[in-house]
Parts: sequence; structure tokens; C-alpha cells
Amino acid sequence: MFKGKFIDNLPKIYGTYTGGFIVFIILMAIGEQAGMSAKVIGICFVAFTVLIYALIGYLSRTIQVDAYYLAGRQVPTVFNGMATAADWMSGASFVAMAGGIYFKGYGYMALLVGWTGGYVLVASLLAPYLRKFGCYTVPDFIGTRYGGNLARLSAVIVLTVASFTYVTAQINATGTIASVALDIPFNIAVYVGLASILMCSMLGGMRAVTWTQVAQYIVLIIAYLIPVFWISNKMGAGVFPHLMLADEVARIAELESQFGLGSIKNSAADLKQVPKGLSGITKAHAEVNTTPWKFISLAVCMMAGTASLPHVMMRYFTTPSVKAARRSVGWSLFFIFLLYSSAPMLATLSKLSLMDPNLATGIIGKSISEVKAIDWYQNWNQANLMFVSDFNGNGTLELNEFFMGGKAVVLATPEIAGLPYVISGLVAAGGMAAAMSTADGLVLAISNALSHDIYYKMINPKAETAKRLLIARILLVLIGFAGATIAALEIQGILGSVIWAFDFAMSGLFFPLVLGVWWKRANAQGAVAGMLGGLAAGSAYLIAVRSGYPGFLDITQLTFGIVGSVVSLVLMIVVSLATKAPDAATQKMVDDVRVPSGKAILGRQH
Amino acid sequence: MSKQAQHWEKTRGLLFVTLAIWFVFSIGIFLFGAEMEASSIRPFGYPLSYYMTCQGSLGIFVILIFWFAGRQEKIDEEFGFSEREDD
Repeated sequence: MFKGKFIDNLPKIYGTYTGGFIVFIILMAIGEQAGMSAKVIGICFVAFTVLIYALIGYLSRTIQVDAYYLAGRQVPTVFNGMATAADWMSGASFVAMAGGIYFKGYGYMALLVGWTGGYVLVASLLAPYLRKFGCYTVPDFIGTRYGGNLARLSAVIVLTVASFTYVTAQINATGTIASVALDIPFNIAVYVGLASILMCSMLGGMRAVTWTQVAQYIVLIIAYLIPVFWISNKMGAGVFPHLMLADEVARIAELESQFGLGSIKNSAADLKQVPKGLSGITKAHAEVNTTPWKFISLAVCMMAGTASLPHVMMRYFTTPSVKAARRSVGWSLFFIFLLYSSAPMLATLSKLSLMDPNLATGIIGKSISEVKAIDWYQNWNQANLMFVSDFNGNGTLELNEFFMGGKAVVLATPEIAGLPYVISGLVAAGGMAAAMSTADGLVLAISNALSHDIYYKMINPKAETAKRLLIARILLVLIGFAGATIAALEIQGILGSVIWAFDFAMSGLFFPLVLGVWWKRANAQGAVAGMLGGLAAGSAYLIAVRSGYPGFLDITQLTFGIVGSVVSLVLMIVVSLATKAPDAATQKMVDDVRVPSGKAILGRQH
Repeated sequence: MSKQAQHWEKTRGLLFVTLAIWFVFSIGIFLFGAEMEASSIRPFGYPLSYYMTCQGSLGIFVILIFWFAGRQEKIDEEFGFSEREDD
């Protein structure tokens, strides 16, 4: 069936895989009709998909350095786009983003603009040049371009801080989903999630992660789009929701004023009863509810962060050519667009399902006892993700008396809208795929930086291949465990930690990376000052704001990257100009990076 | 001016155009959120502000990257800096 080289057969292989997955969904649907319980369906979905990823991970095992670090530099454009989209869209995009939009409206939609606009920067400023460089990791570029172990080490530090913040959030997300789907306690589920993540990446490094990520993208996009289209059609809102929900958006605004959104406030004492992490609807759905600066500052941080996050950048090191790297960024964004443009639609449909008294699913205006008797309410209330309370004592559920966790918007909406349970199982599998694929990319980014840049380049340059790869794998497991341990503590919500990661990356890496290509005069001293100074300034601002400092210019704990990156830019320019210009060899290297033809700066095996 | 310097000048020119378009749709228009909301331009019936954040800007970015990649390939070809296949 699959003759010839693996790469040539990719469309066939993944076509078969997609077909197989759809057959599996249909089998589950038949099973549900035949009386399979919701719990068994949930377990089947998560277990089946995770086993497939593990199998792909096992089949992609490798003992070659360039396969382990770069997937052999032969990932075709479109497939690299899919893998990047999965790498990129994390538990935060899949599980938390629609929830953020549901609760905060326009203000949080800055995330959509930021998380897509950043790719324009990736394509035009960085990806093709870093691909030409031929580096294995992002610190590999910094270390070679600027020269010296100090620059390399600084880059590893920034990378580790940003990626580690990010990865704890992803392991947290896999844990949440595994605990709901498999019905096990969260602090055990976190390690189940971790084991699945490691199975995908340990044996084959980048090669295994690439091919599992493509598989994960297919699962997650099917799992996101089916409910959106299904609910929209079921509700009669339109066959193609993205272009047809204008009436529903207007209807929500009407209901908001009817239910007294904004005029009825909950007292502090009432709010104390609400479990931690749940919130009610307090912001209008589609209105412009924030200042231009707040919107733009959040978007800018996410864009610059996108261009500085190493796990995304390193995906473009795996393409066959510079040209392919550029096009691949376009495909990545296209595949991301499919999900991101659907998130606000899901938030709209979810909100209307709950709010509209004309719909059978609407709960606002029903009696409290009636709502408390609904099956799905009881399930999600037990999972600590939903809560109602009769604050005003009138026996009826008001808009301000209903509370939900951000994760529930995606995970619970199929059930709320009355879709068969098989869809909820599918969504759980999709969320798992999204969180796992990102966690894989991140854990790999950190362990590759430590094994290649710290161990091989700085500690033991004579190490043999087998030993390098062994060290890389040991580090992978250690970092995974550290991430899981911290995730189990649940310090910050999923969306919050992800936004922090972007700000950290932007603070320390954005300008050192960009100027490395675009400003020949930038030197090692400047880069080190920029990386460490930027990271320190950003972190200091975050800590200050967290401990009560009011901050300036409306820069919040979600946008501290602005402080960090401005400090980084200023330091980098001032220090570079105050010290010696880079030598002729370095300048020549920058010139070579700027043209696509010719040999890569760093060879295939280095 | 050497071939390489000319190539880089054109590349930089393309970068500025790309970033200008990027700036308009990621930052520029959102300075006018309230004005967009009040605008009578309503794509598919959505308020303009809502539409741009959900789909408009996002879609433009996708097209922009493919356009940029195409233009850059032309520039590379013009100066003979394209890669050979299977380099």
C-alpha cells in the first residue's frame, strides 16, 4: 500500500489516518446508540488517540543527530505548517481561549489578533534567515552569530524561563482533560498526561514530535470544528457559522440588556460563595469594552512573543530549504486561522445556548431547582467548573447568578447544546491533542537547548553521538517531571501562564534575534546585555505588579513584556555601540545569512 | 553597488511594505475600535470592530504572508540567489 519513501507517501498515510479517525468516531456514535456509557466513550477517545501518537513516536525513533534535532530537514511545507499549527495551538488556544472571549469579549480578542499577527513577523524578520543559518536550536543561532559561551548561555536562560512557564500550563491542561475523561484525581492525571507526552518525543526527538504533531493537528481541528458547525446548524443559526452569526451576536446584546448586564452587581459577600476560578458574565459580548491602548498593548506583546518563542521557531529549521521555510509560515498561519476564526463563533453559540429563553437549552430565567436537576449541570458542578446560587432569593436563575470556569466553555458546550456524548469525547481528545503537541514541542526545545548548547557546545564538545542523544533523552524526562510537579501545584490558570510565557520570551529574545539578522553592528556584549537586562526588567516589573505596585502606562501583568523588551532594545543598542564592532568574519556570516543560496552556516552535523 | 547589496536593498524594501500592511491591520485600525463599532460598514452583518478581530485581520495576515513569500522568491530569483532544488 505504501511503497517507496515515507516522505513521498505522507498525503496517503495521513489521509488513511484521517479516514480511520472518522470511522472511529462513527463507531463510537454507534456504540453510544447501543448503550455505551459516557464514561467508556470518554476513555476510548482519549486512550485510542494517545496510543496512536505513542505508536507514531515509537516508529519515528532515531539514533541520528540531525534526525533527532531537525527531523532530517525534510519536512514538506504543508506538513510542517500543520505540525507548527499543532505545536502552536496549545491547551490555551483549544480549551481556554473561547472561554476568555466568552467572559471578556472584545478585550480578549486582542489575543486572536496577536497570536496570528505575530506570524507576519516570523515570516518576514526571522524564520527564513534562521533556517539558512542551519542551527539546531535558537541559542545555537545566538551563540554562533554573536560568538561566545556567555551569549549562548544567556539565550538558554531566557528560553528555559519562557518555555518552562509555558509547559507547566500545558501539562496542567493535559491533566485536567485526563482527569475528567478518565475519571482519576488531578494530581495523578498530571503524570498520566506527562507519560503520554514523553512517549511521543523521547525516542525520536524532533522527528517523532513532527509526525505526532501532524496527527494531533488533524484530531484537534476535527474536534474543534464539528461542534461549532453542528451547534450552529442545530440552533438554526446558519449552515456556515463564521459568516452567518451576525443575528446571534445582535441577539446576545439584546438579551444582555434585558437581563440587566452591568446594572445588577453581585455583592462581595455573595461572590465569596463562588468557587475559585469560576466567573460570571460581566462584560458585553461584542461591544468595544476596552481602551485602544489596552487592546493594542496586549496584541503587541503576543506578536513579539510569537516571534521569540523557541519551540515555534525551531519548527522552521526542519524544512528542506529557505524558500520552504517562508511558505511554511504561511501554511502554519492558515491552519491556525481555521481554529482561531472559529473560537469567537463557539463563544457566541455557547453563550446564546445558555442565555436565550427561546431555546430549549437556555437556563437563564428557569427556576434554580430545575437548573440544579439538569444532568450536565451536576457533572460540571462536581468537576468544580459550574455553579449557580440564588443570591436574590427569587427562586429564578438570573444572569448574574450563573458561574462557569473558562475551560468549561469548550469542554461543556456540546453537552449543554444537547449534542450526543460522542462529541464531548471527541472534544476531550482534541484538547488532549492540543495540549500534548505543544508540551512536546516545549519540552523538546528546553532539553535540546540544554543538551546541545550547554552539554555539547560548552561542557563536552568531544562527546560521541550516542552519548549526546542519551543526555538529550535524560534531560527530556527530567524536565517533563519538573514541569508536571509544578503543574500539580496549580499556581496560575492556563491562559494566564501562557500569556506570561510570551512576555518572558519577548523581554529576553525578541530584539537579540531580530537585530542579529537585521543589524550587523550588534555584538556579543550588546546581545548579552539585551537578553539578561530585558529578562530581568520584565520579571522585576511582573513581581512588582503582583505584589501591589500600581504600574505605569496601564502596563499590567499580562503585558510586562513591553517593559522588558524596551529595556532590552535600549541596552542592546547602547552597549553594542559602546563596545567593539563584530569582526569581519561575523559580518561576512551575517551577509551569508541574508541570501538563500549557498551552504548553511552550520553544517548538517555539528 | 554589488549584487548582494542590491538584493538586500530590495529585500529591505519588501520588509518595510510588509510591516506597514501588518501595522495597519494589527495596530492601526484598533486605535479606532469605537469608530469601527459605530461604522455603517458591517461585513456579513457583524459590527466592523468585531469582524476585524474575529476574521478580518487574521485572514489578511494569512494572505500577506503568502504574498510576501512570493515577492521574496521573485527578488531572490532576480539576483540569482535562489536555492537549487534539493540543496
